[in-house]
Amino acid sequence: MAVDHQTQLLSKIAIGDGHAEASPYFDGWKAYDEDPFHPTNNPNGVIQMGLAENQLTSDLVEDWIVSNPEASICTPEGVADFKAIANFQDYHGLPEFRNTVAKFMGRTRGNRVTFDPDRVVMSGGATGAHEVVAFCLADPGDAFLVPIPYYPGFDRDLRWRTGVQLVPIKCESSNNFKLTRQALEAAYEKAKEDNIRVKGVLITNPSNPLGTVMDRNTLRTVLSFINEKRIHLVCDEIYAATVFSHPSFISIAEILEEDTDIECDHDLIHIVYSLSKDMGFPGFRVGIIYSYNDAVVNCARKMSSFGLVSTHTQYLLASMLSDEDFVERFLQESAKRLSQRYRVFTSGLAKVGIKCLQSNAGLFVWMDLRHLLKKPTFESEMELWRVIIHEVKINVSPGSSFHCPEAGWFRVCHANMDDRAVQVALQRIRNFVLQNKEVNKKPCWQSNLRLSLKARRFEEIMMSPHSPIPRSPLVKATN
Amino acid sequence: MGIEIEQPCVQLSKVAVSETHGEDSPYFAGWKAYDENPYDELTNPSGVIQMGLAENQVSFDLLEKYLEEHSEASTWGKGAPGFRENALFQDYHGLKSFRTAMASFMEQIRGGRAKFDPERVVLTAGATAANELLTFIIANPGEALLVPTPYYPGFDRDLRWRTGVNIVPIHCDSSNNFQITPEALEAAYKEAEEKNTRVKGVLITNPSNPLGATIQRRVLENILDFVTRKNIHLVSDEIYSGSVFSSSEFVSVAEILESRGYKNSERVHIVYSLSKDLGLPGFRVGTIYSYNDKVVTTARRMSSFTLISSQTQHLLASMLSDKSFTEKYIKTNRERLRKRYQMMVEGLKSVGIECLKGNAGLFCWMNLSPLLENKATREGELELWNAILHEVKLNISPGSSCHCSEPGWFRVCFANMSEQTLDVALDRIRSFMERIRKY
Repeated sequence: MAVDHQTQLLSKIAIGDGHAEASPYFDGWKAYDEDPFHPTNNPNGVIQMGLAENQLTSDLVEDWIVSNPEASICTPEGVADFKAIANFQDYHGLPEFRNTVAKFMGRTRGNRVTFDPDRVVMSGGATGAHEVVAFCLADPGDAFLVPIPYYPGFDRDLRWRTGVQLVPIKCESSNNFKLTRQALEAAYEKAKEDNIRVKGVLITNPSNPLGTVMDRNTLRTVLSFINEKRIHLVCDEIYAATVFSHPSFISIAEILEEDTDIECDHDLIHIVYSLSKDMGFPGFRVGIIYSYNDAVVNCARKMSSFGLVSTHTQYLLASMLSDEDFVERFLQESAKRLSQRYRVFTSGLAKVGIKCLQSNAGLFVWMDLRHLLKKPTFESEMELWRVIIHEVKINVSPGSSFHCPEAGWFRVCHANMDDRAVQVALQRIRNFVLQNKEVNKKPCWQSNLRLSLKARRFEEIMMSPHSPIPRSPLVKATN
Repeated sequence: MGIEIEQPCVQLSKVAVSETHGEDSPYFAGWKAYDENPYDELTNPSGVIQMGLAENQVSFDLLEKYLEEHSEASTWGKGAPGFRENALFQDYHGLKSFRTAMASFMEQIRGGRAKFDPERVVLTAGATAANELLTFIIANPGEALLVPTPYYPGFDRDLRWRTGVNIVPIHCDSSNNFQITPEALEAAYKEAEEKNTRVKGVLITNPSNPLGATIQRRVLENILDFVTRKNIHLVSDEIYSGSVFSSSEFVSVAEILESRGYKNSERVHIVYSLSKDLGLPGFRVGTIYSYNDKVVTTARRMSSFTLISSQTQHLLASMLSDKSFTEKYIKTNRERLRKRYQMMVEGLKSVGIECLKGNAGLFCWMNLSPLLENKATREGELELWNAILHEVKLNISPGSSCHCSEPGWFRVCFANMSEQTLDVALDRIRSFMERIRKY
């Protein structure tokens, strides 16, 4: 590609690849985009299992919308409020929105803690929230420690425009990827050795991609650690309401309130939240920063000017979330459906000898395919992944894209499709595994490679103008 | 008990502790007085009237009528099946139908004198985000954008705060109605050079905020030639393009590029928003239109931090693709704004106050320098501003907050209130002027 003299005109941020799209996380989506599965129109297409969306409860929300036309300011029933709402651009947000969000956050934590509406700050989705928090807490060159494996989007959200670095905290499969004090210390020391100033620790609880919740001891360990080192703690709790079975979710807010034996400076604690996963509204861009630090609340609020939630949406959601009966029903039903989906999917996998990390939250499973690797290397993982995409025709996310230290793990999303599609996916996996077993010595895919992506580098693939964020299997083309 | 050693505060970032968010400027200070004592026709007729907020409230009835006849609920189809798809849609390309509707709306505003390709429309949550995003893309920390004065105070934050980019002013003054001259452009560029600051672009607002006037064709052509010679970018913030009182008086940089066959256009980027023309600042609808492919791709990726709610995109896609509605709206809106402007300017003239001749926007640029007499300084201007705020009970924006090099000018908004309230404001100004004359 010719480097136009005009690209020299652009900033380093623009020219660099900090956008992080040259990752296999997004690469498989191209295969899906080109050949998307549809139960009737394209039953042999690629099934999208690389997108963590929650579609299991859309019907409940749809019913509510139809029954509550006044919740929209763009209906005859609600238009009387149109002018005031459309005109309102105060970055504090609509008071009723802040209040209901604070209440909802408490409700999703079993009402074991309360949240102060004045600490609720809006952002452009959790994506925007993470970037704002990084801008507030760290200077270019500073670092956050993040346990691996972690959500690939962090590479862009926390680093791209902020110049902040991410230093991995190593977690091992031998203890189910639990976060340990030793691992925290090791990561901190490594950063120190490399002359990198650590400003905080970022944890995602419940975890993406693991789907597990952090137990009380681990949370206490993290809290003590950051207090000792005098660094910040950012807790991404975006999957809080996707917990569908025991053990229950413990928010950092609860530890702060209840575990007063741990000395903790509240000014160090910040929560990132969103409605994208719990409610299934990623399109509405509802990101929340909740900080216990007044200066951070003030600063983040000013920065929220760059990514406010549309008042059109604030108004709708304030109405919806204040319907306590609806919220109660929704949360219960959501947990039930997620639990069921998890059971169906994991038992289907178990039938062909595929194990997943035991989990009780999230919209995905962390699938263990180490036994199918030619060699315990990331090259082998990539080979296997390409086969899964092109032969099994399922888009899953390879563990390496989550910076997993061990090869052979894959994140598989299962909440973004209906029961039929899940069965089709399981059937394909079943066939693939059984085919493998027939060839006794080597897995058949090694000798029967049809790797159309083999010769192409990821960078070339990423020249595609396609968004890395595709449409889900059930979404018909609306445009 | 030992001495309590105070734990040092864990520091926030330099960006967080800086004051570049600009909220300590008088532009915002007057709002405090308003917040504490807001005018209300019935309940607080002696309160402060807010004339420092450039909002367009004159055409809401047209929008309300449209919504009554085209309920959002119905645009989701029977029941609400479209709702699910809409709620899930987070593609940073944005809804195609919405991009197409925006492109066509932008064409209509320019009377069809320029074409816009929906594939070049990038969506952001407001022009605030659009301007910051473009700055991140075209300039590195420490580099500069040249901006003609007076300019919208929000630029100090939007262009500089998190980006680390500087603004170097292009000085304009009343001797030629604050137009941007080639000499002023060169002088600003030189000033940056002398400070060892690399200039990466020029950012203009057309129609201008706070002047309330469109930039003339030959001035735009000069600016285009200048940026081409210096090999830098041009950002044209055309957020008030639909608020020009008479369509033929607005020349967009897009028209000039088209007439030049798009030669050298890869350095040009247009910012637009529905906050002013449609009066929907709460909906956060901004766009970047760039003639540069790499900028479009990068801006689109960056828009992940600031996407427009799909619910809002969906609603506006319907509204803006209804050509008979938009045509009527644009025409009626222009007419009403022109009438307001007339009312404001004539009211001021009748008490001896002159305004810059304007033809666009939601405000007029009022000249109170004769009242400064021997205090023609920034301090004198702020004293006068204070008096107007606390005695006349009007919040208007002092020129110094817009970095105007000449003291005595004030931006006065007229579209964010009813006609009756505007009358009250004019009455108060009248009394104030009479009081002053007595002394």
